[in-house]
Amino acid sequence: MVLSANDKTNVKGLFGKIGGAIEDLGGEALDRLFLAYPQTKTYFPHFDLHQGSAQIKAHGKKVAAALVEACNHIDDIAGALSKLSDLHAQKLRVDPVNFKLLGHCFLVVVAAHHPSLLTPEVHASLDKFLCAVGNVLTAKYR
Amino acid sequence: MVHWSAEEKRLIASLWSKVNVEECGAEALARLLIVYPWTQRFFDNFGTPSSPTTIIGNPKVRAHGKKVLTSFGEAVKNLDNTKKCFAQLSKLHCEKLHVDPENFRVSLLIIVLAAHFGKDFAPACQSTRQKMVHVVAHALAHEY
Repeated sequence: MVLSANDKTNVKGLFGKIGGAIEDLGGEALDRLFLAYPQTKTYFPHFDLHQGSAQIKAHGKKVAAALVEACNHIDDIAGALSKLSDLHAQKLRVDPVNFKLLGHCFLVVVAAHHPSLLTPEVHASLDKFLCAVGNVLTAKYR
Repeated sequence: MVHWSAEEKRLIASLWSKVNVEECGAEALARLLIVYPWTQRFFDNFGTPSSPTTIIGNPKVRAHGKKVLTSFGEAVKNLDNTKKCFAQLSKLHCEKLHVDPENFRVSLLIIVLAAHFGKDFAPACQSTRQKMVHVVAHALAHEY
């Protein structure tokens, strides 16, 4: 699955319009992930996982920043996220299925907060982009 | 058998009462065909694959989307008995329509509901709704 020129334009356009608000979207996506898929909490035993906790907000900002980084280097996501890819492969080892779950929750928060921006075409492009990011983060697992 | 708390049933019924079945159904099916274009294989009789705009406006897509979401409405009324409720539909999808259950991409409905309800689609609501759509997908695949 390859990101087309249209996909790249759609994702860059979306992120540009969301701007700095993406940091909060990251936190809310995590809140929704832990609530809808409680098994994902097992990766954060050291966190206060109450909805909206400071730790979740902070981690959400990190996740959002990584997505922005991938978007800014959309022609070479693997290069841009190489260190994160190493981290997930060697240390974090989050099961690959969970990237789809977080991707879904991120789509939900974008839909909830920016419904007019998430046209079906942009939805398709963002879905592909999130899959691509997930693939990069799990690329070195085995 | 799936257990539903009173609060979960209340959340599901409350949200469902506000859902425009025709609009949300049409949008969910259109998004399925646009975001996962390989699903168009099941809808050859809807016309040749075309642009997102024409898929959204296609009256057959809209009508079928409404049909699909109306079925979901049956699940809302039969939360304690979804497998029996969907037994016939499940057999149909397996034996006649030959649809791989992977294509019951019920998460799309969650995204459509989020877009329609915005901040009213609270995390607890999403979580309960997600449980429900997965139960429906499971019931649809049960007779395979």
